[in-house]
Amino acid sequence: MAHDHDHDHDHSELSETQLRVRALETVLTEKGYVDPAALDLLIETYEKKVGPRNGARVVARAWAEPAYRARLLKDATPAIAELGYAGRQGEHIVALENTPKRHNMVVCTLCSCYPWPVLGLPPVWYKSAPYRSRAVSDPRGVLADFGVTLPKDTEIRVWDSTSEIRYLVVPMRPAGTEGWTEEKLAELVTRDSMIGTGLPKLPGDLK
Amino acid sequence: MNGAQDMGGMHGFGPVEAEPNEPVFHADWEKRAFALTLAMGMPAGWNIDQSRFARENRDPAEYLSMSYYQIWFAALETMLKERDLVSEDEIVAGHARGKPKPVTRVLSPADVLKVLHRGGPTERPTNTQAAFKPGDKVRAKNINPLTHTRLPRYVRGHVGVIDHVIGFHVFPDSNGQGAGENPQWLYNVTFSGPELWGPDGDPTTQVSVDAWEPYLDPV
Repeated sequence: MAHDHDHDHDHSELSETQLRVRALETVLTEKGYVDPAALDLLIETYEKKVGPRNGARVVARAWAEPAYRARLLKDATPAIAELGYAGRQGEHIVALENTPKRHNMVVCTLCSCYPWPVLGLPPVWYKSAPYRSRAVSDPRGVLADFGVTLPKDTEIRVWDSTSEIRYLVVPMRPAGTEGWTEEKLAELVTRDSMIGTGLPKLPGDLK
Repeated sequence: MNGAQDMGGMHGFGPVEAEPNEPVFHADWEKRAFALTLAMGMPAGWNIDQSRFARENRDPAEYLSMSYYQIWFAALETMLKERDLVSEDEIVAGHARGKPKPVTRVLSPADVLKVLHRGGPTERPTNTQAAFKPGDKVRAKNINPLTHTRLPRYVRGHVGVIDHVIGFHVFPDSNGQGAGENPQWLYNVTFSGPELWGPDGDPTTQVSVDAWEPYLDPV
């Protein structure tokens, strides 16, 4: 198997897991239940192809094209599919627009629900106990962990992803970006700004 | 179930620490555990709610001490064993023993992108009418099933407002037990910070959950 060597730094507890994962893959392959080439393709897809650059393109288009923004906010799943992003863990997507009055932030307190087609697989912190426990009870404190402070009169709306609806935050377009192309706008859109734990980059942040 | 997965409102886990330039996977075995879980969904035929239950259904101390993909892998082993697709002996030996139980479909490389693109939509057709409309006040029921549910503890018993009607969706409490999809009306329901957390709640905060009709009582 192609993955017989691994680059993991050993500690014994993990070695045990590594061995069991490898053993299980061998058993399932021998039984004809999995095709290792399909596994490789699944991994390659989420490692190399599906990630937050997809979501950044969606947000940049919404910033650049008012008609697209309207479609995205009305029914995000088909609007996002226009750009070719669809499917697993993004079957029903809702786009949430940040405004000066309302900041949206997304969590899954019960597991790790996350809009894969537009953001890829979630980072460790999103799946971790500190985020899942406090996002709903102390969102401003969580934002402070990310170095984000919002005005006191901005309402914070936390969306706990308890169903198969997946939420994508559309952050506010930074000032000083008038006339920018979609490609350049997309460079401002960070992963965290689409979860609601961050803000987009500013024009001066780009080199 | 009231397990360790239901974390909303717990204290003591410390600050959120993001890893700069985080890789998608942190070890080779995580990639394989992830891919095995996705690929085995087809021949084994479990649904997403059953896999969530297999992950959360463990000693809370164990759940909290395991990494994310350790939980995924443990749940994968559980679900395979429950369906007699793999035995502990085989995992220990690292080889198949005996004749494999027949399965109807296996994920082929040619089908991977198609299957991912199709996903698993959960909205279902209905002739019924939603009981609630936007603006209605509702109370989240105080339920404590031992089985899978998607009503977090922190909203149970609290009063919220229907923000919008989402649609008619597969009901996890039923689907997670393999008892059928039993679709129900699904709503986005908002709760104020003080309603959920009392005087410790931030009045400038609203929290919403997506809640199926059987979770809600009219107020």
